[in-house]
Amino acid sequence: MGAEIGHFALILALLLAIAQAGFGAMGHRRLDPALMAAANVAAIAQAGFVVLAFGLLMQAFAVHDFSVALVASHSHSQQPFAYRLAATWGNHEGSMLLWALILSGFSAMVAAGGSAMRPGFHSLVVAVLGLLAIAFIAFVLFTSNPFARLFPAPLEGSELNPLLQDPGLVLHPPLLYVGYVGFSVAFAFATAALIEGRVDAAWARWVRPWILAAWVALTLGITLGSHWAYYELGWGGWWFWDPVENAALLPWLLGTALLHSALVLEKRGALISWTILLAILTFSMSMVGTFLVRSGVLTSVHAFAVDPERGFFILLLIAISTGSALALFAWRAPGMRSGAMFAPISRESALTLNNLFLMAATLVVFLGTFWPLVIDLATGNKISVGPPYYNRIFAPMMIPFLVLLPFGPMLRWKSDDWRAVAAHLKWPMLLAILVLLAAAAATFATFGWRGLGAALGFSLTAWLVAGSAAVLVRRWRGNDGFSLRLVRSTPLSTYGMVAGHAGIGIMVAGITAMAVFATSQVAALGPGESSSVGGRTVKLERAEMVQGPNYQALRAHFLIEDGGRIRPLLSERRLYPASGTTTTEPGIASGLGGITYVAIGDETNGKLAVHMWRHPLVGWIWGGALIVSLGGALALADRRFRAGLPALPRAAVPA
Amino acid sequence: MTGKRLMLAALLLLATAAGAVQPGEQLADAALEARARSISTELRCVQCQNQTIDESNAPLARDLRFIVRERLLAGDSDEEVVAFVQARYGDFVLLKPPMSGETAFLWIGPFVLLAIAGLWLAKRSRTMPVAPPQPLSPEDEAQVDAVLGHIAKD
Amino acid sequence: MNRALYLAPLGLLLLLLAGFSLGLDRDPKDLPSALIGQPLPAFELSALEPGGKPLASASLAADGEPKLINIFASWCTSCRVEHGKLVQLAGEGVPIYGIDWKDEPAAGRRYLAERSNPFRAVGSDPNGRAGVDLGVTGTPETFLIDGKGIVRMRHTGPIDDQVWQEKLAPMLAQLRAEAEA
Repeated sequence: MGAEIGHFALILALLLAIAQAGFGAMGHRRLDPALMAAANVAAIAQAGFVVLAFGLLMQAFAVHDFSVALVASHSHSQQPFAYRLAATWGNHEGSMLLWALILSGFSAMVAAGGSAMRPGFHSLVVAVLGLLAIAFIAFVLFTSNPFARLFPAPLEGSELNPLLQDPGLVLHPPLLYVGYVGFSVAFAFATAALIEGRVDAAWARWVRPWILAAWVALTLGITLGSHWAYYELGWGGWWFWDPVENAALLPWLLGTALLHSALVLEKRGALISWTILLAILTFSMSMVGTFLVRSGVLTSVHAFAVDPERGFFILLLIAISTGSALALFAWRAPGMRSGAMFAPISRESALTLNNLFLMAATLVVFLGTFWPLVIDLATGNKISVGPPYYNRIFAPMMIPFLVLLPFGPMLRWKSDDWRAVAAHLKWPMLLAILVLLAAAAATFATFGWRGLGAALGFSLTAWLVAGSAAVLVRRWRGNDGFSLRLVRSTPLSTYGMVAGHAGIGIMVAGITAMAVFATSQVAALGPGESSSVGGRTVKLERAEMVQGPNYQALRAHFLIEDGGRIRPLLSERRLYPASGTTTTEPGIASGLGGITYVAIGDETNGKLAVHMWRHPLVGWIWGGALIVSLGGALALADRRFRAGLPALPRAAVPA
Repeated sequence: MTGKRLMLAALLLLATAAGAVQPGEQLADAALEARARSISTELRCVQCQNQTIDESNAPLARDLRFIVRERLLAGDSDEEVVAFVQARYGDFVLLKPPMSGETAFLWIGPFVLLAIAGLWLAKRSRTMPVAPPQPLSPEDEAQVDAVLGHIAKD
Repeated sequence: MNRALYLAPLGLLLLLLAGFSLGLDRDPKDLPSALIGQPLPAFELSALEPGGKPLASASLAADGEPKLINIFASWCTSCRVEHGKLVQLAGEGVPIYGIDWKDEPAAGRRYLAERSNPFRAVGSDPNGRAGVDLGVTGTPETFLIDGKGIVRMRHTGPIDDQVWQEKLAPMLAQLRAEAEA
């Protein structure tokens, strides 16, 4: 019964989305408050029904109702409860419903929270969100119905892929989707602005919290995905340049550019076309990403589904939504040029350069992902593009970008003198050079040129962290020396920026250390025997068979000796009888300096194959990314963007 | 019971993804083994979904790892080993796309586009001269201070 | 000039979407063989049946007859699916030679004994070396070589009626016409 109600709720949601779009458009046209209010109500009601539908699907998973086809193919009576719930989105249909849920949720929030906006504009944004909702709910209803029943209902389900039975599944997809779908709000804002033919600083102020929220979620989602792959897949990689990973990176890069471009728009009214274009393209990249994962166009470890028919529907969706938006762009944007001018050395210029670099990075990732398809269509040849390509192109491109980064926040708007800026950054520069020399001296003997590469990486870290801190120091010092008042009056968004940029620096350290100093070792060990990797001793104590809730495992007990300190470590190979698949659960011993990673392999002649890695500073990659997300959250929490500027008391302003 | 445990052990030995180079596969010569590992990270396992032969536990990956080591022992250079595999499996086995007419845009395109865009921007900004801001009069300065003072208090 | 620049994103989008929709019809896992147009790589495999004649690439290439070389294994389930079709083709006079790939010879012999044998000769490649030289990525795979011993086509996956009629039969007919000319 629940599935049918859920199905019906989705149909109602579709009808309400149509109402939302219709009322919103008409309300904008006629500036009629009643119509506009009706659109808002429709948006909220639509979200309510999608929530109901999603809740009912999740409930079917919770009680393992195997008469629902989706539950039968992705759940099992022995499957732990958390993974029964998370399995709701561990498949194509459910994850599309999750997409629709988040879209409706955002559109309801925009509908309810638009009091600061110009009513006509707000109504138009709600209408565009309604159109997007129609598209995605229709996609779910007509091609990917999660509520299909199975007659007769099987007594037992085929379980969720054991690789997915992990805490990562609980958080990673929802976070990612909040990110992907959250950018639809910026898309709607941009489209509405193009329809009206008008973009101004107020527009940038209204859209900024929505961009930030989506961006923070996407950053967290990608970070979590990377960490999950690291500890789940058994060989300790944290990024594979897999097409689906790239599909998440592309909107992230564009979203970062959008975030910064909107700053210029807000402060100076410049970079209008660029910001609008980025707002359209970021969400379009999200949709292209969804297309990739589900259509079978590219092979990937992640591919959800291989269904060209659904792929075609998504292409149609992209054609209509992005196509219309870009057509509007071609028509309206030439007439929306601002007169704001800025000097070659200014914050606007720096942020323009920022846009340029991020879009170039996006192009690199995009080309690497899709060039094989282009070549296949053009010549029939099959080439493949893997990590060696990205490492050779992406890294060199990012280095000048990161060197220039700390200058941006130090520059004044409109026009500045580069010597003054350099003076503010002289201590960070000095520190960076010191680190470069020290690291080079320490590593060149053993590592040669790769050591120099590592030295460059670490000096970039010092440069980014110190350069960001310098922003705070400059602000706190003011003109008359250090002042507590200035510390207290520093807006949260400044701390956000500092955290964001410093976090990148910390990530660079982790990436550098992993690229240059990671070591591995393979050995066949019997009980009591040991091997070593990266200066740590790994001793196999014993191996035993254990029983889990829905799996059996070979569990090996290790002792890791790390400079005198001894820690126990468990490493498992699990067999899930329901599906017959095996997974590796590597043992991870982590510390501030890095991780010792141990995975077990085959057993021959009483000896267990043990694969060991030493990953220095790998945790700094995710730690740094978390700090970056924190930065975004701090900026989001800044009251100034919600309360508006304070009113000036009349007496303070002399006549 | 024993039979079941044996079966279980056998099933567990069906490796999945667990860092694939087996203890018995490694070459005795450390330098050659390092070259083998390095070459393996640039070769795709064509039987799998997006893994290198160094990472994958598929039978084909194992075979290719043996072949790489065999060729290195026979004295091939790194390029010759890669060419050996490429001659049999095609360009698709290379994770680093070859530099050819088809892939020229892939390798050079981003830098060229970045350079073009950068030059265009530089040209545009040079035609936008901006006078440096004039210094404020003392009265204006006082007004600005008063206003800033109020904002800083909030 | 500027107006045209604003149209560029839309233009690029349409190109991209066209490319994707064409790409939907392609199978990214369907890899062309690197050996097309090249002579059959040299190999000499012992016969699967003990005491039989070895299967040598030289003799396969020298007899002037276009033929099929089928890679199979006893543990390969798709091979069982196509086996009936292979037997039928052999009955119609299509020359098919087999290579038992990465398989215990005893298991391979048992596999053929349990069904009819469509192969004129079968070689055993237990360690897969000949397979690597042929660029084999899995089973079943079928190579078509022409009268001069040049590899002209490779099909990955089982051969069914549709694959035979649309892909392999026309090619074989063409190769036979060339051989007669």
